[in-house]
Amino acid sequence: MLDILASFGRKGLEAFERLGRGHLLFLQILAGITSLLPRPGLLVAQMHSIGVRTITIIVVSGLFVGMVLSLQGYYVLSQFAAEDSLGVMVAASLVRELGPVVTALLFAGRAGSALTAEIGLMKATEQLSGLEMMAVDPVRRILTPRFFAGFISMPLLAALFSAVGVIGGYFVGVGLLGVDEGAFWSQMQAKIDWDGDVINGVIKSLVFGVICTWIALFQGYDTLPTSTGVSRSTTRTVVHSALAVLVLDFVLTALMFGD
Amino acid sequence: MARIYKLGPPRFTVSQNPPLIKIRDLHFSRGDRVIFDGVDIDIPRGKVTAIMGPSGTGKTTLLKLIGGQLRPSRGTIEVDGLNVHALSRKALFKLRMRMGMLFQTGALLTDLTVYDNVAYPLREHTDLPESMIRRLVLMKLEAVGLRGARDLLPSALSGGMARRVALARAISLDPMMVMYDEPFTGQDPISMGVLAQLVRRLNDAVGLTSILVSHDVEETSAISDLVYVINGGKVIEQGTPNELANSSSASVRQFMSGLPDGPVGFHYDAPTLDEDLLSMRGAS
Amino acid sequence: MNTRQLEVTVGAFMAAGLVTLFFLAMQVSNLANITTSEGYEVSARFDNIGGLKVRSPVSMAGVRIGRVVNIGYDQKSYEAVVTMLIEPEYNQIPEDTIAKIYTSGLLGEQYIGLDPGGSLENFQQGSEVMITQSALVLEEIVGQFLFRKAEENAASQE
Repeated sequence: MLDILASFGRKGLEAFERLGRGHLLFLQILAGITSLLPRPGLLVAQMHSIGVRTITIIVVSGLFVGMVLSLQGYYVLSQFAAEDSLGVMVAASLVRELGPVVTALLFAGRAGSALTAEIGLMKATEQLSGLEMMAVDPVRRILTPRFFAGFISMPLLAALFSAVGVIGGYFVGVGLLGVDEGAFWSQMQAKIDWDGDVINGVIKSLVFGVICTWIALFQGYDTLPTSTGVSRSTTRTVVHSALAVLVLDFVLTALMFGD
Repeated sequence: MARIYKLGPPRFTVSQNPPLIKIRDLHFSRGDRVIFDGVDIDIPRGKVTAIMGPSGTGKTTLLKLIGGQLRPSRGTIEVDGLNVHALSRKALFKLRMRMGMLFQTGALLTDLTVYDNVAYPLREHTDLPESMIRRLVLMKLEAVGLRGARDLLPSALSGGMARRVALARAISLDPMMVMYDEPFTGQDPISMGVLAQLVRRLNDAVGLTSILVSHDVEETSAISDLVYVINGGKVIEQGTPNELANSSSASVRQFMSGLPDGPVGFHYDAPTLDEDLLSMRGAS
Repeated sequence: MNTRQLEVTVGAFMAAGLVTLFFLAMQVSNLANITTSEGYEVSARFDNIGGLKVRSPVSMAGVRIGRVVNIGYDQKSYEAVVTMLIEPEYNQIPEDTIAKIYTSGLLGEQYIGLDPGGSLENFQQGSEVMITQSALVLEEIVGQFLFRKAEENAASQE
């Protein structure tokens, strides 16, 4: 019994210790921006591997999510003879919720896990140590560009997701189910606010960008330098990111839309 | 094999200059395991100093302590008169630019070519024009005999070649010293010979100070001027390779001639086999 | 991949992201409609505005000519004061125009409809609509309907 309590205590202490290390790393990463500004090339390279390579999955998922939303929404709305509101429903779901959230989840799975594995392997193969011995700070040189690349990429990817989703919803709703095209767009434009809906979605995805990239980088940097260690960290990146995104989404939604 | 690069009698003489690295009363432990328990080492300038000892005695840890990547629990390490662990971060980085380190695996950046790896420290720390960098990189690669491999990625290199590239990178900023972490481990006899010769040649040609951590007795003795043997967290013997070969200490002799059992036990600390077999613990 | 190619793809990515944000702004949201903050303000008093909200449309003959910019409450007269912003090109609205609160569809959103009068004078900045008709509140209508039915029943039984 006492053993169990002690092990809980130890786990708790370890968790706090990790949390502390994570925050310190976060500050170090942010401080690294001074050395990133004179070398935008580093950022561009990371934008490519983090942002550009994630586009495919984002666009394809966005298209299908929009199409499914349209199908399901039509089924419900037609019961109230409110098919004309299909555009509003699709766009509101995408811009406010699904765009930022699903993008963040896909980002964690696609880019986050890759980041963790990359940094973890660099640590396991002593590349990070090697950089330190070359008097190069691995946090500034390796982590900071990746962090800001993730931070910038996330809202752009979320916007892509939402926009493609709206178009997918349009094809299914107007093309397949015969909703009036004018009503689809005009209702959407009448009900979706730029600052209330779109901007809030962008803010959400910025927050998710910080969280997901930070978790991925920390898990990689803090990994045990073994094969098992790296594989565990990669899993943890995806799990922690997903949980953080969903919990934060609730908090942010309550703050933004619950007036 | 060793004869090919035997370089005459050992050249170690007591140096008049102050040593480049002065380690005093070094204590370090990892968790409950004591790694160093009061180690004193002097590394003279311009010589090849070997630090030998059985695996797991913390030889690599010693290099990391010298490089300031780890912090000792007690004691001081002075490099060129500077106390490594009292330096500010900036001063430490400045000191590290004058240190080269060759990691066991090479630690090359896997997404850069051989050329870019060697050019990396130059691009990070100098404002030299690209034409100048090119000349320097090609010279360093020539020194390790891999000028022709400059466009390869590290994944296409053999272990020995990767270490040679890493060596070229370690000397790209013309450091005052190079630390070698187990450079001979897992090498075939030829590349072992090539590496050993390189270490010696570089040391003499550019006036480097070399610190060689190894447990390969034969190769290391052949090229080093001074040898420290570490075991059980302490320096148990020091001297020229010749002196060590004729050491009076049984554990040094055991290590130098590679006997499986002796003062350094074959068995990791454990209860006797009978006790272990009879106890029920593993079975439950 | 060489540096140039890399920069081009990243540039294209950034551009695509910004273009979609622009698309969300102009095509999906009502940013394009609310950017016109120019125009003149006209106020109207209602007994009950029902579900009218700030930014609800103001239309004439079904054409959107402005929007509600402010809703206040006059404590003296116990009336709602609605301020509408009418777009500047619609400057020929007679002074005796009637403002009514309508509902688009049975359950849809509410908006203000203006029925033009016959005066030769037009609305100016700060004018007030003299004749208004409040929102139809569904509960009241249903209540009135039931009440009348009950009365009829009572009358026929006598």
